[in-house]
Amino acid sequence: MLEIANLSLAVGQQTLMRELNLQLAPGQVHVIIGPNGTGKTTLLRALFGELAPRQGHVCFAGQSPRQLGAAQWRRLFGYMPQNIQLELELSVLEVVVLGRLDSLAMRLADEDILAAAAALQALGIAHLADRPLHALSGGQRQMVLFAQVLLRDPRIMMLDEPVSALDLQHQMQLMEHLCQQTRAKQWVTLVVLHDLNLAAQFADRLIVLADGALQAYGPPAQVLDAALVERLYQVPVAVLRDGQGIPFLRPLRSVSHG
Amino acid sequence: MNDTLVMQQTLARQRQRERRRWHYLALLLGLLAITLLLDIATGPSLLPLQEVLGALLRPAQADPMTLTIVYDMRLPIALMALVVGTALGLGGVQMQTLLDNPLASPYTLGLAAAAGLGAALALVSGGFWGLTSLFAIPLGAFVFCMLAASLLFALAVVRRVSNQTLILAGIALLFLFQSLLSLLQFLSSPELNQQILFWLFGSLMRTTWASLALTAAVTLICWLLIYKDAWKLTCLRLGEARARSLGVDVDRLRLKTLVLVALLTATAISFVGIIGFVGLVAPHMARMLVGEDQRFLIPVSALCGAVMLSAASVLSKSIVPGALFPIGIVTALIGVPFFIWLILGRGRKGA
Repeated sequence: MLEIANLSLAVGQQTLMRELNLQLAPGQVHVIIGPNGTGKTTLLRALFGELAPRQGHVCFAGQSPRQLGAAQWRRLFGYMPQNIQLELELSVLEVVVLGRLDSLAMRLADEDILAAAAALQALGIAHLADRPLHALSGGQRQMVLFAQVLLRDPRIMMLDEPVSALDLQHQMQLMEHLCQQTRAKQWVTLVVLHDLNLAAQFADRLIVLADGALQAYGPPAQVLDAALVERLYQVPVAVLRDGQGIPFLRPLRSVSHG
Repeated sequence: MNDTLVMQQTLARQRQRERRRWHYLALLLGLLAITLLLDIATGPSLLPLQEVLGALLRPAQADPMTLTIVYDMRLPIALMALVVGTALGLGGVQMQTLLDNPLASPYTLGLAAAAGLGAALALVSGGFWGLTSLFAIPLGAFVFCMLAASLLFALAVVRRVSNQTLILAGIALLFLFQSLLSLLQFLSSPELNQQILFWLFGSLMRTTWASLALTAAVTLICWLLIYKDAWKLTCLRLGEARARSLGVDVDRLRLKTLVLVALLTATAISFVGIIGFVGLVAPHMARMLVGEDQRFLIPVSALCGAVMLSAASVLSKSIVPGALFPIGIVTALIGVPFFIWLILGRGRKGA
């Protein structure tokens, strides 16, 4: 259980998050949604311990970062920051293997290389293993960095917009793998997504943030409705629901065509 | 079904990549042995290679004259070329890693200029604290170099400035120290000016066994301490945010490596003067050969630096027989066309 109690975050005078309270259970995928600039990335950074809270605290399995020590706390996490340009003369395999930084010996062990190869295989990108990172497309790079974070064998998995550059096939592949592993390994999983339909489809719980505060929390079927989306994004939407009540959103154009 | 086969193939290809890098390392070591021998053989009196080898391997049977030339005159200088080349190659590659900028080197960040100013001040004052200029010059160079580096540390640690800002500050320092140096030259007598100029060119001729031992010891220790962080430094190349997410304490790693690089550079420069270009180019050559895996990049960059400086030392003695060109000039004269050829070649491959 990852507990966020009364958490407030600020940089200088600017408050980025106000009194956030959440209890995140293992084995569940929590998807964070919200307009740009509402503190989604800030929250992940704070959980990881890169940003000290102004007030409140975080703890995992009853232990706070202070009790565990910064290095030990960070070892709990698999954290994939937002995609950035990377022009590196490193092969994909060598990038993925860095996920095991904490335990790499000077001579790369067979076991580490095979684990990296297996992660690539599981994501269907084994054919990229020997390519240099700079020769990949943005989407391929994102899959590679996901493979890297898988290798960390975390307790808490945090992905910041992991599908922003992915095509439909790879979006599904990444999200399905993430859900399956979250259940199998009992991760506490936090994913930032902008695609509300993808969020609705894969989230066990939605965390809705806006203006540095929690707007709603719960299963997508209960949380996601036209009123909320319109309030968050100022875009009118039509909401359809499938047999299990999973919402599907269709934004409505303000100027109709026809 | 054939998943394990694919994985085994991936493993085999990774091992193959690593073997290729080992081959480059071995090749460079071989080259280094050749340039070292040539460096000992060339000089005012040209020694045949067999005689050099004989003096090195079986000193008991060698001609005493040859022994004197080899051990008292040429060997310390030739070894100093290796050690300083290693220090510059290593310092350069880590500057570029830390600042995430291909233009970074001890020279571009003003460390060399600071050392130059320190040396010039020692020359002009004719030694200080009762030290003769023999000791005062390297000490002055070292102190000023570390002073410039501390300004950069302070910016990096206290203000936590970005890499770009740090580089800009370094370039500002470069101009500051250079103009102070010019001022000093403007104010001093022609004879002193000549001496300052000579120091600035960089020369291995001032080498003694003692200065060699000191430089070698500092270089070796810094090398080991930097190499220990090879994996973390590779992670740093993925960007600061990603390195942090992988559990690297980026601030500590940056500070620690910056201190080691400053120490390396300051020591090397203070004994041999300013030798430009090696620290900038050796890392690029190494990266083209072995990529960004720092386990290989660190030793290969150091070796590239050593080979370059050793070769430059040979050339500085043999361009005009009997005359000695300042080595700092030779490295740039030979290095620049070669470097341009290299980067243009890479551009073609990338297209």
